[in-house]
Amino acid sequence: MEFLKKYPKTFQWLFLLIVFFALCFAIDVPETYKFIRGQAEFVKDPNQSSYVFLGKEVRYYAFDVFWRLPPLLGWLPIWINDSLFFLMNEWMPIEVWNEDTQEFKSRPVVLQISRNLTAFMTFLIELIREILLGGLETIVAFTSWDWIDKNPWAELPGLPWTIVAAGAALLSYKLSGKGLALFAGLTMVYISVFGQWKPSMQTLSFILVAAPLSFIFGLGLGIAAFKSKRVEKALYPILLVMQTMPQYAVLVPALVLFGVGDHAAVIITMVVAIPPMILLTLLGLRAVPPEVIEAGRMSGCNNFQLMFKVLIPTARRDILIGVNQVIMVCFSMAVISAFIGAKGLGFNLLLALNQLNIGLALEAGLCISLIAILLDKMSLAWANKQTDYFGNLTFYQRNKNLIFFGVIFVVGIILAYIGTFLFKDTFNYLFEIPHNKGISTADFWNKGVDWIFETFFVYIKAFNTWLIQDVLQPMRALYLRMPAIATIVLVVGAGYLIGGLRSALVVCALTLFIAFSPWWDRALVTAYMATFGVVVSCIIGFTVGTLCFQNKHSANFMLGVCDIFQTFPSFVYLIPVMMLFGITDTSVLIAVIVYATIPATRYTIEGLRSVPAGLHDAATMSGVNKFQRLTKIEFPLAFPHMMLGINQTIVFALFMVIIGAFIGTEDLGQYILKALSDKKGAGIGLTLGICVAFIALIFDNLIRAYVQKRKKHLGID
Amino acid sequence: MSEPVIKCENVYKIFGANAQKMLQDSNGNVDAKTFQENGCIVGVNNASFEVSKGEMLVVMGLSGSGKSTLLRCISRLTDATGGKIFIEGQDLLQLNNKDLIDLRRNKMGMVFQSFALLPHKTVVENIAFPLQIKGVKTEDSINKAMDMVKLVGLEGRENYFPRELSGGQQQRVGIARSLAVEPDIWFLDEPFSALDPLIRKEMQDEFLRLQDKLQKTIMFITHDFDEALKLADRIAIMKDGIIEQLDTPANIVLNPATEYVRKFTEEVPREKVLLIKDVMDTSKDNLGDLKVSKNEIIENVAEKILTQEKIVAVVDNNNEIIGSINPTKIINTVFGGRKNNN
Repeated sequence: MEFLKKYPKTFQWLFLLIVFFALCFAIDVPETYKFIRGQAEFVKDPNQSSYVFLGKEVRYYAFDVFWRLPPLLGWLPIWINDSLFFLMNEWMPIEVWNEDTQEFKSRPVVLQISRNLTAFMTFLIELIREILLGGLETIVAFTSWDWIDKNPWAELPGLPWTIVAAGAALLSYKLSGKGLALFAGLTMVYISVFGQWKPSMQTLSFILVAAPLSFIFGLGLGIAAFKSKRVEKALYPILLVMQTMPQYAVLVPALVLFGVGDHAAVIITMVVAIPPMILLTLLGLRAVPPEVIEAGRMSGCNNFQLMFKVLIPTARRDILIGVNQVIMVCFSMAVISAFIGAKGLGFNLLLALNQLNIGLALEAGLCISLIAILLDKMSLAWANKQTDYFGNLTFYQRNKNLIFFGVIFVVGIILAYIGTFLFKDTFNYLFEIPHNKGISTADFWNKGVDWIFETFFVYIKAFNTWLIQDVLQPMRALYLRMPAIATIVLVVGAGYLIGGLRSALVVCALTLFIAFSPWWDRALVTAYMATFGVVVSCIIGFTVGTLCFQNKHSANFMLGVCDIFQTFPSFVYLIPVMMLFGITDTSVLIAVIVYATIPATRYTIEGLRSVPAGLHDAATMSGVNKFQRLTKIEFPLAFPHMMLGINQTIVFALFMVIIGAFIGTEDLGQYILKALSDKKGAGIGLTLGICVAFIALIFDNLIRAYVQKRKKHLGID
Repeated sequence: MSEPVIKCENVYKIFGANAQKMLQDSNGNVDAKTFQENGCIVGVNNASFEVSKGEMLVVMGLSGSGKSTLLRCISRLTDATGGKIFIEGQDLLQLNNKDLIDLRRNKMGMVFQSFALLPHKTVVENIAFPLQIKGVKTEDSINKAMDMVKLVGLEGRENYFPRELSGGQQQRVGIARSLAVEPDIWFLDEPFSALDPLIRKEMQDEFLRLQDKLQKTIMFITHDFDEALKLADRIAIMKDGIIEQLDTPANIVLNPATEYVRKFTEEVPREKVLLIKDVMDTSKDNLGDLKVSKNEIIENVAEKILTQEKIVAVVDNNNEIIGSINPTKIINTVFGGRKNNN
């Protein structure tokens, strides 16, 4: 009893675990139970039970409710699907004037809106694409195909790559200086020389539309949420789910609403990129000190001036992180949206991965990453730019960049013109180096991969087998062995012990949604992969973070590395692991670990840094050694912040697990990928996405509740 | 006498959901305790006073006394719950948004405790900011801002960012910014509280120098009684939203109105605060040879007076005798009237 009184919390946790294991052992695996693989669920089996709800028939294998709950929400995906179909094809028809047939036509309003939006996006993308690469579409948009036929000269010629490369370097020089200019120039030359010019410019045109639009909408909605409590309350749950929803899952409904192509990709990228922008805008605006706002007001700002000259510039730091996120998401989506027909580097990357041509994939991946880093650095430099009021500048000095660009433009065109004579019979290399006609290192990499495989095959194989047989399979079996009721008791109990009744209820609702969906088993597999990834990532991240923290330079260096790694599109991580481990769960897990280690490391360093300097001194004066200081002072105080890192790690890990489905894992991601090619996949994809988001939100809720309590206890914040 | 520049009549500021209604029900008789029980917090409780042109009113109070809230009501950064505020005869609370912005752009300047500089702008850009907001051309605003930079002695640092400056320098920028539009009314909200004691003294002297030159109408907020005594023409002492006493520094030291005010005055070195005219008698009998000016601080002439056997004559600026002072009076003033003195 003494013990009980002294550690009531410990006892409660112990009790929870005892109940959990008791349930696990008390409930036997039903004899008929087996994990459903691949397409098996479409087979009509007389052993299946079924029910009809809202006119949708749901078939499933019934078990003891303590073992697996029946899929009471099985109708939801079908219903979502039918509703979407109804919305697109039948709901609220309006009369639309058809230009081609010269008559009014009846069309559902949603379809009409979708068409107009699509047309607008297509126009924007084509405009930028054709400035860079040349083409007809933009002129057609203003005139007609007939007009083009009559005027064959009317075509945007596209810019020679020399002009774009020099222009990018010049712009970088103006924004930041020599370093960035050199980087920009080298990146562009690399892209061109290696024959990636066309897909790169296609990707760039996609980004140049998606990123600014996401920024504007995100900023706008963030401001709206800042100004009105009601807007914030309405937006918040959507933002929360969107932030944790895997990007794959959003693709499927977009396919139904907007069709296939770059325009759909832009819209879907915006859907994914806007939520973090909103959140960071809101965060930044909230953090503006009230006195700065008052100073703005007393300077006589009206509301508009206050927002755009005082609030937003002051909140710049967070808003810039938002921009960084937007760019990151855009590049990530540039690859993923290749699944719904976006052109460019992403498409090439997927194609190469599909053909297991690691060398080509590597080249495309490197191009994407380089452009991503370049744009990220340029946007940062742009935001930090300063004006000089005192320089008494001449006309030449003020406009020298413009003049330079003019010179570059003319020289580039002359070069391209000379090129037509130089390369009469082949391609004009001074205008554009065609895809796959540049230098390619693909063969070298492929040979390298082969060599690695031949040389280290035995070791890699041994490691692989060991990991899969002795670690992953048992772990997976353990997860699947949990009766549903035991899992729910464990999760809800944890919710209650950490965050009280409210937390328990939220967590319970989230878990039940997944349990009532038809994919509980898959969710368990997803959870097992994510758990493995998160645990390893956290161990690595905490260790690396702690070690780097010991020295100021190494800490800064590590944060820089995290920055750069974070800019890589998530798909790129699959390339090197496939190089080494081929198509196995190991590959996916290693990609997950690498990807998820980034936030774990970053938050560890930041958390340790946030420990006040005064405490360091106090600890040193108490005579602690370095190790004692770390364990007794720094870790306990940094722990809440590090927990937030774990939160991010979980989200990152889940994203990567889902993307890993591309390599072929048996989790929720596999179904999402399948839904992409399924005509009626929209509902399934969306529901699956929500399931993944809910897994993340369960942990999010628990961790946040814990962190809040802990911070209050420690008196930080 | 001309119209007062700032005039407050029964100003209330009460925070809370149904503050307005509760204030109406209370009939102007606000009791902080009952309000608090109903979920309202009283910030300013029935404040009435005037500030005339060129005068410096210092509002003194401890944190939570409502002094900053009072200032924010007068600058209308928050709207007062009840009462009337006039700025140069204009009813402040009746102004629409446009007129209010006009008023702030042309008549008011404000300095903040935490400096409240815009972190993304350089010194000169910060100072030029109110001008640019007003629509002044960039070149003119920068020129004017450079004048201000010189006025507060920050030449050579005009292209620094706020984060590159020390606290005292940052507040100089804050002061320059608030003066850039040449306002008539100058609000200072604990401008020197965040500074080190030495820098604070330096800034106070600098501030007095500026005020000597500019002659603005000033409301100055502080929690430091010594600072209030040093700077003020008149001091308002606030407690729990109520102005306990509003008077000249000398009168507050000599005749504290309430127990609360008296506590502040106890530790004050009177000889440094009071002038001869504050303690002199009006009788002109039995005068000695020594004459002192009525505007001298006691400390400066105490030795002279105390070494006299006779009563000392007090003269005004024209060297005419207007009263007298007995050496014992000086001793009584300096050492008498303190609590622990018996």
